[in-house]
Amino acid sequence: MSKEEILNMEARFERYVAEENKVEPKDWMPEKYRKTLIRQISQHAHSEVVGMLPEANWISRAPSLRRKVALLAKVQDEAGHGLYLYSAAETLGADRQQLVEDLLSGKAKYSSIFNYPTPTWADMGAIGWLVDGAAIANQVMLCRTSYGPYARAMVKICKEESFHQRQGYEIMMALAAGTPAQKKMAQDALNRWWWPSLMMFGPTDDHSPNSAQSMKWRIKRKSNDELRQEFIDKTVPQAEFIGLSIPDPDLKWNAERGHYDFGEINWDEFYNVIAGNGKCNRERLAARNKAHDEGKWVREAANAYAEKQRVRQQKQTSAA
Amino acid sequence: MAQASEKYVLRLADNILILGQRLGEWCGHGPVLEQDIALTNIALDLIGQSRMLYQYAAEIRNDGSTEDDLAMKRDVFDYYNCLLVEQPNGDWGKTIVRQFFFDTYHYYLQEFLVNSSDQRLSEIARKSFKEVAYHAQYSAEWVIRLGDGTEESHQRVQSSVNDLWTFTGELFTPDELDREMQEQGIGPDLDVIAANWNKKVNEILEIATLQIPEETFMQSGGKQGEHGEYLGFILAELQFMQRAYPDMKW
Ligand SMILES: [Fe+2]
Ligand SMILES: [Fe+2]
Repeated sequence: MSKEEILNMEARFERYVAEENKVEPKDWMPEKYRKTLIRQISQHAHSEVVGMLPEANWISRAPSLRRKVALLAKVQDEAGHGLYLYSAAETLGADRQQLVEDLLSGKAKYSSIFNYPTPTWADMGAIGWLVDGAAIANQVMLCRTSYGPYARAMVKICKEESFHQRQGYEIMMALAAGTPAQKKMAQDALNRWWWPSLMMFGPTDDHSPNSAQSMKWRIKRKSNDELRQEFIDKTVPQAEFIGLSIPDPDLKWNAERGHYDFGEINWDEFYNVIAGNGKCNRERLAARNKAHDEGKWVREAANAYAEKQRVRQQKQTSAA
Repeated sequence: MAQASEKYVLRLADNILILGQRLGEWCGHGPVLEQDIALTNIALDLIGQSRMLYQYAAEIRNDGSTEDDLAMKRDVFDYYNCLLVEQPNGDWGKTIVRQFFFDTYHYYLQEFLVNSSDQRLSEIARKSFKEVAYHAQYSAEWVIRLGDGTEESHQRVQSSVNDLWTFTGELFTPDELDREMQEQGIGPDLDVIAANWNKKVNEILEIATLQIPEETFMQSGGKQGEHGEYLGFILAELQFMQRAYPDMKW
């Protein structure tokens, strides 16, 4: 295709998505659209998988059998989300194995939030309530994203995420209504997770250069700041309801705006954790690499066995 | 109507809680996402089943104890799981072999318990039987895959079979309580379970091109509360919250 033809196609594509049509795997799409989506979907998949680790950390120590089962099921859901998303990325021509390699080598990114540690049980509450809560704000938007397979994966995932969020909030509620020791644990977790959760929405709009194009392509439909504000407005009353306080002295209701005003986010911390200096960056990648390396012989065995079976069946059919 | 003793129900429950706890250690660390999910599923089933049994044991005890009191507040010598399930995960192959040995036993045990003269045990077994049957199928398939996979997988899984064999005898060695339960039609004749288990295990190991270990000394004591050193650490994690923050609601 000539350059002019491509530009023509791109203009048509933009009109097509602007009219709220869904793009399907076999449709023509701009190369940059495809690349942007592969990057975004695979990062999302990696986040689901790495995100299993901070919570898996508490499976063996959950305070009751009921909580243990719920936590196991939650972490398992996240693994399932990872699978859906890797499949969605594969519809764009990406190779799951390659994507995983990129995660393991540190080339690909995942959500920085999972580089924070989970030292106490209350972190299971805070993660479900805040981290899954922030993820939902983003994912509800993505249910209407222009790429069909991504949008459909999100619909499935969102249902489970809202369940996780309720479950997390319920853990916090039980703690906040408990003994002073439990309440202290809950408040401590909120103190540690509040700001990192706000950072999950990414840099402010004036520092988010790729956002405009993503909005044009209807991949994103709301800006980082809009989503962050939505999340804050929804979450502050939830904290108040269970008697926990948000660790932000500047937080107050602004009647004129109809939103909460909030304090300055520490973006140095955000970029520092992205740069690899969070408390658990090393552990998270090391854990994924260890699982992958130690699983190698298992994957090889499964492949070898499948191949043997294939040959055996072939022999059987040709004999018959 | 026949009713199992509390200790007998605890044996059943402890086996699957401890095994579920071990499997839970894999969550997030499996060799591939699909199998991470599959193993977590089994852990979920087992811990779910253990809860029904602890609830029943608590009813028999009838002193206001809850499922969590029973799981979280007994020390090693009051835990009655067999030694097999407390063995460390080792590599994926060892986990699979441990699972296969236990699942096969669990399958025939449940098959009996479905018709136990203890109505509650029978109901619980009915609810769990499909799950248990699926576990047995899953672990048998993986034993075959690994045994008949590559040279490395074959060697690894054979050495796990050899290592864990010594813990299988206990499953089928009746003590006084087993005999009592058998007489009342509550529990099975362990000789019958053993015969079924041996037949199945032989069959699967043969397909997997694996060798049955030679006569081995059989360890025992778990179900009487005589454990090795692993269980204490399992309980340290399992019970941490209830010990550090006693008598609170979660
Ligand atoms: Fe998720
Ligand atoms: Fe989630």
